[in-house]
Amino acid sequence: MYHLSPEQEARARQALEKESVYGAPVDFAAYVHDRQAPAGEDFDRLVRQEEETLTKAGFAVDERQRAASFLQVNHAVSRCRRQVEGVEVLPTREALAKYDGLPDYWWQAVPVDGDKYTAKVALEFDNGYFIRARSGVKASLPVQTCMFMEHQQVMQNVHNLIIVEEGAELEIISGCATASTTAAGLHLGVSEIYVGKNARLTFTMIHNWGEEVVTRPRSAAWVEAGGVFISNYICLKKVQSLQMYPTARLRGPGATVRFNSIVAAPAGASLDMGSRVILAHPGCKAEVISRAVSFGGEIIARGHLVGEDPGVKAHLECHGLMLSDRGLIHAIPELEGRVAGVEMSHEAAVGKIAQEEVEYLMARGLDEEEATSTIVRGFLNVEIAGLPAGLRRDLDELLAKSNAGGL
Amino acid sequence: MLRVEDLWVEVGGQQVLHEVNFHIPVGQTHILFGKNGSGKTSLLLTLIGYRDYRVVQGRIIFKGREITHLPIHERVRLGMGVSFQRPPTVRGLLTRQMVEICNRSGRDYLPLAERLNFVPFLDRELNVGFSGGEMKRSELLQLLVQQPDFVMLDEPESGVDIENMKLIGKITGELLERHLNRTRRRSGLIITHTGYILDYTNADLGYVMLDGTIVCTGNPFQIFATINEKGFEECAQCTI
Repeated sequence: MYHLSPEQEARARQALEKESVYGAPVDFAAYVHDRQAPAGEDFDRLVRQEEETLTKAGFAVDERQRAASFLQVNHAVSRCRRQVEGVEVLPTREALAKYDGLPDYWWQAVPVDGDKYTAKVALEFDNGYFIRARSGVKASLPVQTCMFMEHQQVMQNVHNLIIVEEGAELEIISGCATASTTAAGLHLGVSEIYVGKNARLTFTMIHNWGEEVVTRPRSAAWVEAGGVFISNYICLKKVQSLQMYPTARLRGPGATVRFNSIVAAPAGASLDMGSRVILAHPGCKAEVISRAVSFGGEIIARGHLVGEDPGVKAHLECHGLMLSDRGLIHAIPELEGRVAGVEMSHEAAVGKIAQEEVEYLMARGLDEEEATSTIVRGFLNVEIAGLPAGLRRDLDELLAKSNAGGL
Repeated sequence: MLRVEDLWVEVGGQQVLHEVNFHIPVGQTHILFGKNGSGKTSLLLTLIGYRDYRVVQGRIIFKGREITHLPIHERVRLGMGVSFQRPPTVRGLLTRQMVEICNRSGRDYLPLAERLNFVPFLDRELNVGFSGGEMKRSELLQLLVQQPDFVMLDEPESGVDIENMKLIGKITGELLERHLNRTRRRSGLIITHTGYILDYTNADLGYVMLDGTIVCTGNPFQIFATINEKGFEECAQCTI
């Protein structure tokens, strides 16, 4: 297998039965994985048929205001178009062939034998995107990507690599979506993110899946000295089962990470998600902020900060809103100080919508439903620090369009 | 404009109002006095239709229509408006968005915000970290944009400094059309503790509320003078 070393391949094979610590086990046999099957990756057809779905996943089909676009349908690349110098975008398979397997990055941040999902992606790898901002390049427009699943019960195994070299700055808007005609599928996505010295990456992931999609993203980021990694995750539509626990490792002094998550769980959805940050050097900073709304679905909101140097600062904030008597929001914030002098805190709150706020808005003329959805949108409208203005507008629109999970 | 007939109200099974009767004609502004806990705010929240304020007896008639059990927003759409004493904070909702919710007629509200020295607050989350005076100006701006026919104000001057008091008083007077005489269409009910607002509204009638019912009706300036001189208990005994 050209993209795995014999050692990696052996480890992956051993992990094929290894269940994840979190999330319900997934039966691979229930899904179809056929790399020979036609994928229907014609870009013009997709835009014609699925413009709305793509737009809701943050993908601008006109590609204006984007430095580059990448779109993959099932296992096949549908679009890979670069418009700006200094930012490289390739299908992962091509990048591996072009750069001798990228050994410094390939399966470095994410362990190949993490669980059966990483193993499956390693052994039955479809494709993915490779994005690299060359040293010192500051891209003024974002790169957009979309992982698209079409056909019932399809399995998509993706491996992405993002490299922001020293001093470079990049924004990525990464959407995931299923065709409007497709309800069920399994998406396994490995993303390895490398933020170099004094580099900056804003990575916004928007999930817009079909109602019976099961997904197991496996992401990790390495952030070097002075680097800044901002991750925004948005999932406002029903997804049957999502489990992820991305980890950022701050590998040099002054490295900073911020994870923002905005999620809604309609009845029947199950989200088990969190962010973990390992702060191992002086001056490292982390902020993990999540907003979760349950309309009857289940959300487990995790967060884990590990302080390994006396000069680190980190804060975890987990707010949940229960809008139904069914469903669940379980906030599990964890702080782990390993030396004296770490400064870490957390704040978690799970509550219902305040009647006095609803009545206040009704006293301005909104009916109860309008008042409630206005409050929910406000709750989800967390001020995402560091978000570029263009992206902020996109998010506001998305939030407005989504109607916050169907209210 | 508003007629309240033999109103009895409970909150969580506890009686908070009983035998309340009054009438506010079109164009008149009335003042409601009463010490803390006498039921003034309960009356206002009952009139606007807050769910916890359960009417167990009596009727509320607004513009000739019984609204005793109408939901809040329908009363508001009929022309009621209220400025709350302590409005809740609403995280994530910008004050500007709330003003726009009130703005059903689509008018340009910026000049109003400028007059209230409130423009810098429009892009702040609603009532988050607002001082007493900022809250009152926010509430007043919402009412000015909403343009209700019947205006209820719950202690519009509490927590406001003298300078802002003048501004709020003046604009409240205008909102209630006190500068007009025969053509006045708007009515009001104002709860006041300090009486400052009296100087700006030239109100028509005053009530004293005690233990959940109205015990005295009369000239608001005279009532206020009596309260200042003799206190609420004494005031309840007399008939002006």
